[in-house]
Amino acid sequence: MIEVRGLSKSYGDYQAVEDISFTAGKGEIVGFLGPNGAGKTTTIRMLATYLPPTAGTASVAGYNVVTQADEVRKRIGYLPENPPLYGEMKVIEYLKFIAAIKGVARSRIAARVEEVMEQCFVADVKNKLCHHLSRGYRQRVGLAQAIMNDPEVIILDEPTSGLDPKQIIEIRKLIKSLGERHTVLLSTHILPEVSMVCDKVVIVNRGRVVVEGPLSQISRDRSLEQVFLESVSQDGSIVAAA
Amino acid sequence: MRNIWAICKRELLAFFVSPIAYFVITGFTLLVGFFFFNHLSYFAQMVEMSAMISLRGRELPNLNQTVIEGVYHTMVVILVFLIPLLTMRTIAEEKKKGTFELLITSPVSVSQIVLGKFLSIAIVLIIMLSVNLIFPALLVKYGNPEILPILSGFLGLVLCSLGFASIGMAVSSFTENQVVAGVISMVTLLLLYVIQAPAESLGGTAAEVFRYLSPVDQLQDLLRGIITLKSIMYFVSLIVVGLFLSQRALEAYRWR
Repeated sequence: MIEVRGLSKSYGDYQAVEDISFTAGKGEIVGFLGPNGAGKTTTIRMLATYLPPTAGTASVAGYNVVTQADEVRKRIGYLPENPPLYGEMKVIEYLKFIAAIKGVARSRIAARVEEVMEQCFVADVKNKLCHHLSRGYRQRVGLAQAIMNDPEVIILDEPTSGLDPKQIIEIRKLIKSLGERHTVLLSTHILPEVSMVCDKVVIVNRGRVVVEGPLSQISRDRSLEQVFLESVSQDGSIVAAA
Repeated sequence: MRNIWAICKRELLAFFVSPIAYFVITGFTLLVGFFFFNHLSYFAQMVEMSAMISLRGRELPNLNQTVIEGVYHTMVVILVFLIPLLTMRTIAEEKKKGTFELLITSPVSVSQIVLGKFLSIAIVLIIMLSVNLIFPALLVKYGNPEILPILSGFLGLVLCSLGFASIGMAVSSFTENQVVAGVISMVTLLLLYVIQAPAESLGGTAAEVFRYLSPVDQLQDLLRGIITLKSIMYFVSLIVVGLFLSQRALEAYRWR
């Protein structure tokens, strides 16, 4: 479903992502981990067809993200780091707009929007302007936007940041249920979240993949935290505090 | 088509939920009303004068030329300053707020984004100009101006404002900063407005080129009631160039 091979991105001299490779199968929830500035967001943006890679290839849902970007766009749901909301629109107006541009059939729009609002717990604010939403609600409306067209692959960039504990639990449950039928790439730096939700883990540091494998295998004899700290401190960038 | 309409509808909602559209339309009508009054009282003065002194062999003041043409010309000047205020946010704001990332990663093409946005601005502009038809309508009610130049002039104004808007939008696609977009559009449109100024002193082919590029010169015929293919083509090309540049700029934005 997601296949990344030797993906690189540089801005002038600065190498944001260097030769990243990993895969995510159908129905898998993959935790994409790394310290700040490791290149998570850049990688995700390339997979979401927002940024073109400088080298390497990636395919999402079976289509190349550069040469078949249009096909990829029909099959992904993407929640960027900052939920892309239009402040002057009501939540329900916004979601209807999303449904329209994501190709939900006209006759299905109203029903689908209701459905997604229920799923993401935003039905109670549907008549509020996006501008007036709290961080947690913005995040959830962003998530509702991402799953609108029932995409094959869902890419989430830190979906639980800014949520309160109860919301975090609900959103994790939602992501877990999405993982039953969809492929989910979940970028985060909350480690317990990964242990709870994900099937597979990819850890990146300084633009490179340092660990990739099934969660059960990686955290068999050590905790995920230990694995993470060790893998990102190999080059001395982070000193294991534990 | 469906995507273009979805984007257009969203833009219209943004225009009319926020006060932008109301302020621009009201401001424009207020200014035009003021100039209409001035031109009209000037016309009344001329009529009075020509009644006092017999002007045998000289032309009587003409309602169309003095008032309507005068007001239409003033409208172009106001448009030069107002249109950038309408267009500066269109794309620059999307980039700043991150919603551009949403649009690009959705199954909508860049051309559809550009056309949808342009259509929404076009609708706002046509509403704004139509509101101002009230002034010529007053003349038709209480006087006897020729109708054709009023209508062809209006067509000219619509075409001209769409051309200006498409240039404003192109400028907005090159930057993330709304104020920068506004200032650059205003400077560009003002330059375009006065571009025929050096024609006089240059002479020759250069003069021809400068005159051809001037929206004011191109409007001249339409304001007089003559619809020529040349001037229509000029404004259509202005629109096409602006749309093309916007499309290119947005495609290129991803390839930084």
